[in-house]
Amino acid sequence: MKFLGKHRWLLLALGLGIASVTAQVQAANEQYFPLQSYRIGPYAAGGSGFFGGFIDYLQYVNAKEGGVNGVKFTWSECETEYVVEKGVECYERLKKGLNGAPAAATNPLSVGIAYATLERSTADKLPLITINHGRTDSTDGSVFPYAFPLQLNPYSEVSAIVNYIATQSGGLDKLKGKKIVTLYHGSPYGKETSPILELLAKKYGFELTLLEVPHPGNEQQSQWLTIRRIKPDWVILRGWGVMNPVALKTAQKTGFPANHIIGNIWSNSEDDAAPAGSAAKGFISITTHPSGTSFPVLQGINQYVIKAGKGNLQDPKRFGNVYYNLGVVNGILNVEAVRVAQAKFGKRPLTGEEVRWGFENLKLDDKRLTELGALGLVQPLKLSCADHEGGGAVRFQQWDGSKWNVISEWVQADRQLLRPIIEKSSHEYAKEKGITPRDCSKETVAAK
Amino acid sequence: MLYKESGQFVTTYRFDKRFFRLKQERLAFALLLAFAFLVVPSIGNDYWFSAILIPFLVLSLAGLGLNLLTGYAGQLSLGSAAFMAVGAFATYNFNLRIEGLPLIISLILGGLTAGGVGLVFGLPSLRIKGFYLIVSTLAAQFFVQWVFTNFTWFSNNSSSGVITAPPLHVFGSDFNSPVGRYLLTLTVVVALGLLAKTIVSGELGRKWMAVRDMDTAAAVIGISVPKTKLLAFAISSFYLGIAGALWAFTYLGTVEPHGFDLTRSFQILFIIIIGGMGSILGNFLGAAFIVLFPILLSNLSSGLFAGAIDPGQLENFQKMIFGALIIFFLIKEPNGLAKVWQTVKQRLRVWPLRF
Repeated sequence: MKFLGKHRWLLLALGLGIASVTAQVQAANEQYFPLQSYRIGPYAAGGSGFFGGFIDYLQYVNAKEGGVNGVKFTWSECETEYVVEKGVECYERLKKGLNGAPAAATNPLSVGIAYATLERSTADKLPLITINHGRTDSTDGSVFPYAFPLQLNPYSEVSAIVNYIATQSGGLDKLKGKKIVTLYHGSPYGKETSPILELLAKKYGFELTLLEVPHPGNEQQSQWLTIRRIKPDWVILRGWGVMNPVALKTAQKTGFPANHIIGNIWSNSEDDAAPAGSAAKGFISITTHPSGTSFPVLQGINQYVIKAGKGNLQDPKRFGNVYYNLGVVNGILNVEAVRVAQAKFGKRPLTGEEVRWGFENLKLDDKRLTELGALGLVQPLKLSCADHEGGGAVRFQQWDGSKWNVISEWVQADRQLLRPIIEKSSHEYAKEKGITPRDCSKETVAAK
Repeated sequence: MLYKESGQFVTTYRFDKRFFRLKQERLAFALLLAFAFLVVPSIGNDYWFSAILIPFLVLSLAGLGLNLLTGYAGQLSLGSAAFMAVGAFATYNFNLRIEGLPLIISLILGGLTAGGVGLVFGLPSLRIKGFYLIVSTLAAQFFVQWVFTNFTWFSNNSSSGVITAPPLHVFGSDFNSPVGRYLLTLTVVVALGLLAKTIVSGELGRKWMAVRDMDTAAAVIGISVPKTKLLAFAISSFYLGIAGALWAFTYLGTVEPHGFDLTRSFQILFIIIIGGMGSILGNFLGAAFIVLFPILLSNLSSGLFAGAIDPGQLENFQKMIFGALIIFFLIKEPNGLAKVWQTVKQRLRVWPLRF
């Protein structure tokens, strides 16, 4: 048994590992957020900014108000590296809650992971929040009761971009004959919008070329040479992580003007534009929330969290950038959903099922947003049983070489056009999986 | 002492070909199966089934597939993930497009499709060997991924290229719960594992090993080298195909072509290198190491150091420790974990005496 003797430390480690998984201590009055975060790998900039903002907002609510109605927030992280099976492992590890505090909702910030945990979330009755991304047809809450592509689903995003291009060209009828190239990330996220782009191309008569950039996207020479050959009027950049700065640099090398590249919602951060240096100057992107630190809520975070030395960001310069602010927005939406649900179910830690009701009855108008100090940061939003998206509006911003400047008012997606497509897809899913859609008229609604 | 062989004589050829020649081994295996089938379902929880045991079993099966090809028949391959992808997408399509086809039949058909594709990509092995063969199997890796990415028919025109598994029903029973998925996976893996054991201890396995050790000599004693190599590719790919289908159906429940990229092929190769080439048990040990160790490290670090160290740093430390462990194991035992088990068995034979 020399082997065992020599490797006693290993057994010890094994024992400790199992102990740390199973340790469960009863904790009172806390609501838990399982965070499937990612801080290393090619998408670290997005993950660390988003989860930094989310965690800082939770810390802010804890420090300023002592949580929601006395229920404090707690969280723990599990690294996914944006890899699906790691995300699933994290989901299974964290879904049970922490020290007795029940989990409120999961926020994986990855379409791949969201797809893989969609059915698990439904079975476990735990809301799956995919802010500004996710599976488009999960907007239809009657089929997907636990999935919430909040603010902006991928179809709305594309529709808003096409509407913007139309305004720039002088109307939707002027789109005819225009050439648009979409450069997309080779992942479920990247491909999600291809069918709707093709549909819009047919409807408005523009010529569409879809070009895939393989994950992670640090090699794009051939794609941009193709673009140079096509000479499009606009390029829609549907990038993610390292793909974005590389796209901008390669565009400059092949002579395509940055001010005719429109970045989508995951190509819109300082971390996407700044690394490209001068090549990014003039680059346009959409956003659901401006960057900046002037909003009262960010000032509050600065005062209560950052100045107290508890800020989650390693690089304080990233405070108030696009990813960070999205994390804050996500924090606000999650916390508000808990607040709405507490008003119905009582001032105590809630189960995922109860929080789901909170999301479905979430209503943020200008008045509430002013109270939260987030007017202009979060768009007015109203969710319902049938509509799990709520907003669907974006603004456009342009990079001036050092920061983003907002260059448009809210541009609305054509949601009436998209709704039947979404419903068709969700009903197909329901049929394939044997789900009977809920009757939304029978759902209980929050008291007005 | 415990592992005494004395008194257990092999008197017939049939007896010589048994799965386990020693009484102790048979008993241990029976106990292990009883534990896995009867005890684990009652003591495990969702996390153990969905995040640890199922991926461990599936990757063991994939390792087994590659080991048949590389460890037994001596043909190097970097296309394992491609054959897994073929298995997953073929099973999905059989299940989707043929109404009323039982899941198990789709699974077998998916495996056979993967076997067929493996056969085609095994053809170059008739002319080339070693590193050059790696390059041609690498072609399979990229080609298959390209096909599934660019021809959306395979994913039923799903906009994001992701396929989602249908509800799992076998012989009228529902296997959708985590424990059901575990049992389904376990059954398939045990059945195929025993089949593999039969193959490698039988005529075909001996032919494979003869070809592996020296193909000219094998040809001289009358073995058809091309047939043997191609069979190795086909059977290995069948195993990988089934593993891919299980990965998609019982583990993740959804899969996209990029889930089966080159990294996955490397992962499977590492499983058999660390587990042990030319061993059935080695695949399970290797998969346990590759799958469980990072999870263990991650659980440990989040349990012990959460809050004390920056989470990103912590993650990088884990990678370093895991890498160092791989190097340590390969220095200590270049023949893999299966060899460690052999050594332990040798020691047990005389334990508690020294010689």
